[in-house]
Formats: sequence, structure tokens, C-alpha cells
Amino acid sequence: MPAAAEADLLLVLPLALPLLACALGAVLWRFPMAQRGLTLAAAFALLVAAIALLAHVAARGGPVASQMGGWPAPFGITLVADLLSAALVAAAALVYAAVAVYGCADGPTEREEQLYHPLLSGLMLGVCGAFLAGDVFNLYVWFEVMLIASFGLLAVGGGRAQLDAGVKYLALNMVATTVLLFAVALLYGMTGTLNMADLARRVPEVENRGAVAAVALLFLGAFGMKAAAFPLFYWLPASYHTATPQVGAVFAALLTKVGVYGVFRLFTLVFAGTAEWMPWVLGAVAVATMITGTLGAVAHWDVRRILAFNVIGSVGVMLVGAAVATPLAIAGAVFYVLQDVLVKANLFLVAGAIRRAGGSYALARLGGLWRREPLLGLLFLLPALSLAGLPPLAGFWGKVLLVRSGLEAEAYVIAVAVLVAGLVALYSMLRIWTEAFWKEAPEEAPLAPHRMGAAERWLMLGPAAVLALLTLSLGLWAEPLLAFALAAGEQLTAGREAYLNAVLGGAAAP
Amino acid sequence: MDELLALAFGALLAGGTYLMLARTLLRVAVGLLLLSNAVNIAIFAAGRVLGRIPPLVEPGAQALAAGTANPLPQALILTAIVISFGLTAFSLVLVHAAHRAYGTVDPDALREAEPPGLPAADPAAAAAAEPPTRRPPPTPAAREAA
Amino acid sequence: MTGSLILRTSARLLLVTCVLLSVFILVRGHNEPGGGFIGGLIGALGVIVYALAHGRARTLRMLRADPKSMLGVGLLLALASGALPPLLGISPLLTHQWGDLVLGPVALPLGTTLLFDIGVYLTVAGFALAVVLPFAEE
Repeated sequence: MPAAAEADLLLVLPLALPLLACALGAVLWRFPMAQRGLTLAAAFALLVAAIALLAHVAARGGPVASQMGGWPAPFGITLVADLLSAALVAAAALVYAAVAVYGCADGPTEREEQLYHPLLSGLMLGVCGAFLAGDVFNLYVWFEVMLIASFGLLAVGGGRAQLDAGVKYLALNMVATTVLLFAVALLYGMTGTLNMADLARRVPEVENRGAVAAVALLFLGAFGMKAAAFPLFYWLPASYHTATPQVGAVFAALLTKVGVYGVFRLFTLVFAGTAEWMPWVLGAVAVATMITGTLGAVAHWDVRRILAFNVIGSVGVMLVGAAVATPLAIAGAVFYVLQDVLVKANLFLVAGAIRRAGGSYALARLGGLWRREPLLGLLFLLPALSLAGLPPLAGFWGKVLLVRSGLEAEAYVIAVAVLVAGLVALYSMLRIWTEAFWKEAPEEAPLAPHRMGAAERWLMLGPAAVLALLTLSLGLWAEPLLAFALAAGEQLTAGREAYLNAVLGGAAAP
Repeated sequence: MDELLALAFGALLAGGTYLMLARTLLRVAVGLLLLSNAVNIAIFAAGRVLGRIPPLVEPGAQALAAGTANPLPQALILTAIVISFGLTAFSLVLVHAAHRAYGTVDPDALREAEPPGLPAADPAAAAAAEPPTRRPPPTPAAREAA
Repeated sequence: MTGSLILRTSARLLLVTCVLLSVFILVRGHNEPGGGFIGGLIGALGVIVYALAHGRARTLRMLRADPKSMLGVGLLLALASGALPPLLGISPLLTHQWGDLVLGPVALPLGTTLLFDIGVYLTVAGFALAVVLPFAEE
């Protein structure tokens, strides 16, 4: 197969597979079991396709682009994959597969006849599309695909709490959408192009630097809202804890990461060096997000609320990479994002299993789980400690790189904030540990302790076990992923020209 | 023309923002719709108002004639309209469902998913303050019965 | 059964008119303003008025296909229109093919864009109905 055709196929498959699963799932809406099979097949096929894409990009040593419909770059729709986006697609596919397996632990549910599976596939379509989009307008479109699917997943077939959560989620995210589209319009008005590689060449030529900085801030605001960064994160703790464990896992693992990805893509490629105060803004947002997110987690006594606030805290840690913006910092952020996808999916799936085994999400009503379900305890402890950044788990290495880059760039406040946020996150995670697992079960347990059946146990804990093992092994054998993250960081900073050449072709000189 | 577009943008933005500040979810939804239309006008203006001739190359010609409309903003706006159609449809359904479940569309009355009284130093107090109308857990007995 | 006699009678007329108009607009989209999106919306409008007058159950019986299935089939058709040319080895992904379907003396201009538009029609109509119909009164 010629190289170009292979790149086309590899770039289109991560979009075509979820779209196909979405369409077929809607046709088969009456048959939950057939839909489950379809979701499983699509998830594992997507995983294989994503790994093939990742291998292709890594082997090529540079970004890979594909022009849809044969229209050349700044005019048509372009799909681009560099190391960061290919790795994120692969991580997303892994979460999709884990959730697909986890969903088989229950008998057929009513939700599954209400388009749960097509919406999940639609969400994956939006996520993969956003990672691979080569122009800002398509980035916006994929964001919306993701958003509509996530509204559906949150609210369809839910009760009163889900409706309440849906209203809050919808209102703030629709504002973010509008801001994003407005920023796209202004950028187009200033430069006459939407292709990100073309923008990277034209934005520095725009004379009105103030306008460029304003547009950059609008993008930061829109992506920040979607990533649940300070100060507009209120929708996340108001909604995530009402979702089912599978949906919560997908949301926590992927939705905020897409916003973070948007910040990284635009602020390394298009808005690099827009204004000297921009890193300060990004740094302030990152520090405030870390501190408020982890402190919010400490204030709560409900497993899912604690986890939801920790999602916000982790977003802050990732944004440190964009604020410091040295190759090392971005490598640290890449490492942290990738392990955080696994960790967050893992924690929310484990929260679902805690609920199943202990009968509640409220810490006061839980207890004694370590004695009854030691495996569950282990599967909670591994991602929880990785979240806090303790060695030898994967989160540790991401934070090491970030802290070191902060110290090298003399951004001591940021480095200290990462460490403090890690400690606070550790405290909130250990609270779940001591309350739910370690202390004796309370007298008035809400349910008779439920012993999980063998099949149920393995379908629920199996995916979590795979994710936890990956987290552990990425911590113990961090070398390959570290090298990968450094290469990805290099691509996003010094390797910008390679991105432009891959998209626009070598001939299209400025 | 640009002035007119700017005025329309401002009017829609002001109206949308005003409606979104209302304490009725329906108005919030309509306000969001106005906002997205304001942005559509912004896209239209960003593409420059060049003319009204359809952007088709005449037979034999090599380039577009002068005064041809810019086709790209129209494609972008069409996409944005479709997306805002989907989002608006969904938000109206959500408002309707919220009205059916709560009997009100006052956002301040929707407290079901909100955290209980904070800060709660004591786990038992926090658990007791949780709203009682959670979805009942799928107990093993119920699952077997189903 | 809901709605007055006048509404029920006119709803049927409106349904027929809307669906015919929507198909006309769908086909007109080939070369003139029109197309699958607004066609689908107009078709869905007729069905929604019908549901207002006759209730949800009867509307679903009248439709024969569930809106969710319509949505899925529409997505499949749209996907096929983009994916078929490369699968058949004719042209790259997301390009379209045009040709004339010759039926005796008439040559009917056709293209894979029509397949895409029909897909969009079904997706939009299916989405609108799947969103609105659950709220129709019985």
C-alpha cells in the first residue's frame, strides 16, 4: 500500500469506526445485547486502529496528515496526527474498551434502549475527531459532536438529579461553545484562514497584536470552560457525580482532556509567543485550578464528588505544561495527561464497584471494604496514589518533569503549587481509603453487603485491573513513555516546522 | 453593510445576555439561541461582505468574477446553524423534562445535584445532608426480580 | 386521542403536504437551494403536527419505523456515500461521483450526493422526531 493511502486509512479509521458503531447501534436500538457486542467490537477495533496509527506516526518520526476528498491543505479539511494526538486517540480507545467491558457486568438496562450505545460511540467520534482535526473550525465541530453526545449520556433515562445536572452542564457548556465559535470567527476575520498550520504562519504576521492576544484569551476562556479550569469549572462538580459509573469514567477520562488538548494545540502552534504576559495568565489559571480543585475534593464526603473535584485539580497540573511551555514542561504534561486518562477512568470504574459492593457512595455509610474486597482496595489504591503523584506510579514521573521544568524556568510558585496540590490530593484520596476500606463497616449499612458474583466481579474489576496494571507498569518502566513524552514535547515546540510541512506540503513556503 | 451587521450583532448579543440572566430556564435557552445567532453574524462579517454573485466560476473563465460572495462563511454558518439546532432542541427538551420533574423552571429551585451543606467536617453529617431522592441502587434482589 | 376534530383532520392533510414538500425540497437540493437538512425538518414538522393531534402511539404506528432506526439508517447512508467511492476504487474518500441514469429516452442526472442528502434527511428527521415524540401527549 502506498504511504499516502496508508496514512489516509489510518487517520480516517478512528473516525469511521465510532461513526459506524453509532449508526448501527441506532438501527439496533431495540436489541441491547447486539448493541453491546457492537460497542465491544468497535472499541477493540478502534484500539487496534489507534495503536496502528501511533506506530505509524512514531515510525515516520513526524506528524502525518491526510487531505479529505483530495482538496489541498489550507482549502480542504485536513486530518493531522502527531505523537500527542495519536497517543491521546489510543488512550481514548483504551478507555472506550474498558467501559465497554465494564458495561457487560449488568443485565440489559432500560438506558440501553434509549440510545446509550450510539451516544457513547458518538462521544468517541467527537473525542477522536477533536484530537485529529487539522483546522480550528473542525475542532469546534468535533467539540460539539462530543458535547451533544455527552448531554445525551448524562440526561437520557436519568432521574431528577440527572436533569438538574444536565441543566447546569448544558448551560455553561453552550456558553463555552458560543465563545469558541466567536473566537474562531474573529481569527478567520483577521487571517482569512482556519487551517491550524496555515494559521501558525499567518497569525505572527497580523499587525494588530492586541487583537491577536484578545482572540487567544477568548480561545483560552472557551477551552478552559470545557476543560473545567479555574474560574469556570462549576459545571463539573455539579454534574459528573450524577452520571453512571461508565459514563462518569468516560467523562472524567476524556472530556476535560479534549479542552486541555485544545489549549496545548493552539498555544504551542498558533499563539506561541503572542504576548509576554500570556504565560503568566496560563500559570495563574493552572495554579488556581490545581488549588481549588484539590481543596474542593477535601471538603466532600462522597466518593464521586471527591473524584470529580480531583478531575479539576489534575487539569490544573496539565495546564502547567502550557504555562511553562519549555519542551521539558510539555513533555511532563504529555506524560501526565496520558497517565491521567487511565487513572481517571480507573477511579470512576472503581467508584462504581465500591457502590456495588458497599451499597453507597457516601463515605459515612461505607466501611470494611478492605476485608471483604481486597482486590477492589488494591485497584483503588494504585490509581489514587498515581493521582497524588507518589512513586513508583506513573503520575510521579509526570509531576517530576513538570516540577523540574518549573524550577528550571524559575517559576517557583508553579513548582511549589504542583507539590502542594499533590499533597492535598493525596489527603483526599486517603480519606476515601480510610473511610470506605479501612474503618469498620457502620452499623446502619444501607444495604446488606453484596457479594459480587464471579462473572460480575471480573467484568467490573477486569477493566480496572488492566488500567491499574498499566499505571503501575508505566511507573516502574517509565523509560519508554518518558522518551515518548520528550519526543512529543519536542514536536510541539521545536518541531513546529515539521507539522507545517506535513500539513501544507514542503512547497508551500510563507 | 458592515455597520448594520455590527448593530445586529450587538443587539443579539445584548438580548441574549439579558435573557440568560433571567430566572427562567426557557429564557436562558432562548438567550443561548440568540447568542449563537449573534456569532453567526460575526462569522458572516468576518468573511467580508463582498457581493451577491454566486461563487461559481463561469465556463471559460479562470477565476471568480469581481463582486462574488465569499462561500466559506456561508458553509461555516450553515454548520453552526445545524449544531445550534441540535443543541437548542436538546436544551428545550431538557427544560421541558425539568419542568415535568420539578414543576418549576426556576434554576434556583434545582438543587438536587448540588452538594449538601458545606463545609461538612463530619462524614455522617454530610451523608445525612445528601438529598434523599437518589435513584434507588440496583440491588441484587431487584435485578433478579427483573 | 387528543386534539379537536379540526386539528385531527387538518393534521392528516398537513402531514401529506409536508412530506411531499420535503421530498420535493430534498430532490431540488441537487442544483437549487434545498437539500436533506431542511427537507428532513419539514418532513418532521408534518409528523409532529400529526403527533399533536393523534398522540404518540398512533404516530409511531403510522411511521412504521422508529425514529431511532431512521437516524441510524440515515447515518449509514451518509457514511456510505463518502466511503463507497474509495472502497470501489474510484476516487479518494469523501469525493462524489456524478452520472446520468439513462432510462430509455430520459437521462436522469444522479450523483452520490443524493445518497448523502437522503442520509441527512433521515438523520435530521429521525433526530427531531426522537427528541420531540417522547413528549407528545397520549
